[in-house]
Amino acid sequence: MRPARVPVVTAVVAVAALTAVTGCTEKSDAKSGGTNSVSVTATDDACEVSKKEFTAGHVELAIENKGSKVTEVYLLFPDDRIVGERENIGPGTKQKLTAEVKAGSYDIACKPGMKGDGIRQKVTVTGGGKSAKRDPRLDKAVAAYRAYAQAQADETLPATKTFTDAVRKGDLDAAKKAYATSRIGWERTEPVAESFGDIDPKVDVREDGLEEGQDLAKDWTGWHRLERALWKDKKIGEREKTLATQLDKDLLDWQKRVGKAVITPTSMANGAKELLDEVATGKVTGEEERYSHTDLVDFKANVEGAQKSYELLKPVAAENDPALTKELDKQFAALDKLLEKHREGGAGSYAFTSYDKVGKADRKELHDGVNALAEPLSKLAAAVAESK
Amino acid sequence: MAETTTTRRSVLGWGGAGLALGAAAAGGAVAMARSGDDVTPAADPGAAVAFHGAHQAGIATAVQDRLHFAAFDVKTDDREEFVRLLKDWTKAAARMTAGHAVGEGAYGGLAEAPPDDTGEALGLRPSRLTLTIGFGPSLFGKFGLDDKRPEALVDLPKFPGDNLDKDRSGGDLCVQACADDPQVAVHAIRNLARIGFGKVAVRWSQLGFGKTSSTTPDAQTPRNMMGFKDGTRNVSGTDAAALARHVWVGPKDGTDWMTGGSYLVARRIRMNIETWDRTSLQEQEDVFGRDKGEGAPVGRAKERDEPFLKAMKPDAHVRLAHPDTNDGATILRRGYSFTDGTDGLGRLDAGLFFLAYQRDLRKGFIPVQRSLSRSDALNEYIQHVGSAVFAVPPGVRDKDDWWGRGLFTGEA
Repeated sequence: MRPARVPVVTAVVAVAALTAVTGCTEKSDAKSGGTNSVSVTATDDACEVSKKEFTAGHVELAIENKGSKVTEVYLLFPDDRIVGERENIGPGTKQKLTAEVKAGSYDIACKPGMKGDGIRQKVTVTGGGKSAKRDPRLDKAVAAYRAYAQAQADETLPATKTFTDAVRKGDLDAAKKAYATSRIGWERTEPVAESFGDIDPKVDVREDGLEEGQDLAKDWTGWHRLERALWKDKKIGEREKTLATQLDKDLLDWQKRVGKAVITPTSMANGAKELLDEVATGKVTGEEERYSHTDLVDFKANVEGAQKSYELLKPVAAENDPALTKELDKQFAALDKLLEKHREGGAGSYAFTSYDKVGKADRKELHDGVNALAEPLSKLAAAVAESK
Repeated sequence: MAETTTTRRSVLGWGGAGLALGAAAAGGAVAMARSGDDVTPAADPGAAVAFHGAHQAGIATAVQDRLHFAAFDVKTDDREEFVRLLKDWTKAAARMTAGHAVGEGAYGGLAEAPPDDTGEALGLRPSRLTLTIGFGPSLFGKFGLDDKRPEALVDLPKFPGDNLDKDRSGGDLCVQACADDPQVAVHAIRNLARIGFGKVAVRWSQLGFGKTSSTTPDAQTPRNMMGFKDGTRNVSGTDAAALARHVWVGPKDGTDWMTGGSYLVARRIRMNIETWDRTSLQEQEDVFGRDKGEGAPVGRAKERDEPFLKAMKPDAHVRLAHPDTNDGATILRRGYSFTDGTDGLGRLDAGLFFLAYQRDLRKGFIPVQRSLSRSDALNEYIQHVGSAVFAVPPGVRDKDDWWGRGLFTGEA
């Protein structure tokens, strides 16, 4: 029986169609000129690449899994940071992985069975002179976002110190007051912090986020551990004071590393969407701040961070997909208005209604608002990727 | 891309041959089926049911095995934006019912962006998917369409015994997805919900299985969760005269844009399964007015024998629901069983998701339910916990037509 569901439009046609809609006529130039196409043939015991040296710029890995196991393919920096990845590539199927790559050495890893370090191939990226030219406005957007992420980290440290000082002094009320606001900078730029992998589990993990074998009493650190002490246990002991100092230290590490984060226009766009996903899965349900019920402060900060990414990308996105940016403007404004209903302090304050006092109907309304924004936001990456 | 290659006209042109296709000829509800370019009878559970026609598919269409029904709240007050959504939905529905993926598909597009289609129906056959839209009473006020609200679309009265949960009731609009494969039905609602984000939001939804009524007279009447055959006397999807009389809104019914449409009642009816199962066989049969094995009415031998109402107990379900007890009120039933796991007390959260189509709510569901809710012996074992009504507009005529055009443009 032949398959009934066949994609009617191929990838190439899809791009052409988008281009026609957006009026982006330079797309074809970028395709033929600046793109390095590398074939990757993955089997159960090999990972063959068609060339091991290519020029900096837009790289496209055309992956084919000729093995019997489901595999995944990574493009990695020498320190194993991920440049790009494709997971769940079934036997006999093809996938494409595209990335923006600078000169240097990299690893391509195939992981048959999606386990282990994978079968590696060293590749070298040379030059840079011939790199695909990215819209200079996007370079500017990335630079501005990097500065924003840095500023958020810079401001978070003193805000957190107010909080941790209160904990160290054993001042329960002052600590409670400073808790939620100490997290704002972090929540605005969380996808950047998460990209490092190791900081997030130290400062922002929740009780149920610990892994098997980890000891809640010993291994649980960060904001939410202190949140539980303040609101549930209602006391500050020696352990809490030590944890406060640890939090300062871990955030200092974050502050130092923000500048080195890998940021691209598409990672900014998808980071904005991820911030809304954070809201949809953790904040709207009240899981994130289950003891303090300050979820709406995180919510607000997540939306602000998403909006920042969006505003920076907007000049380019508005050219490629004006209908999308119009919709995003509308939905950001609508969600802001919804949040405003729950703001208890004056304009600009971060005093929001305690989330345990937000009823079911209001939670549904907030959730609908998040979906209304997150769905078009998931299309922002396409609107900036189209104009490399 | 191939849309419907077999037009409604060409099917009807076959004349008597249409009858051989079972439900295919029913009142223009074209159940002509298509998989790729092959024409197959609609009875093939994998086939496609034509999307275009005088009536929406999913009403007279032979009942499929599975249901995903969703009610939506409208989130926009921009009429143009809502009309655009209806057009986008129509386009997606036409593709999905033909077995195609939404938009540019589920893969092969830009790697950095989410695909248009969610992909879980890839490789599955059309599975007789039908998508049927309805407009709730609350929709009309939202877009200044109060004068277009049909008189026949009344709000239901409160019936004795109702215990309605507002989170499972109402809705500005609904989409009924029926298919022989549950994944195809779920995929359809999921993708429409996704296209709708920001414009509409899912208010509640219900999954159903094991059709509890048949619209094809020769098919075996399915059993409900109480183990009884239910809906034997249902309006048949092939009985054009009965459909015209009881189901389709006629040109003289007072609301032009509804001509060829119908009115839908959706009720979530929870069954007290455990107490029912402890009830003696005699009482079970008395409650329904039919025997459990054959489904024959009291005192008769065969399921389809004419019921002799006076032989049944006065509070028997069949007796009270019968048209003769209700001044001839007749509805087309398309109900499904549901089981949403257990309810926390260990009771099966199960029952009947009742769907009824009729020409006028005031002459269909309301009189029947009035008599049932007052006296039905079955009430001891059931409770109505969700409720909604919708005006279901006529079919989408062709590629340029869209769901709700008559309501929003005033053109017939």
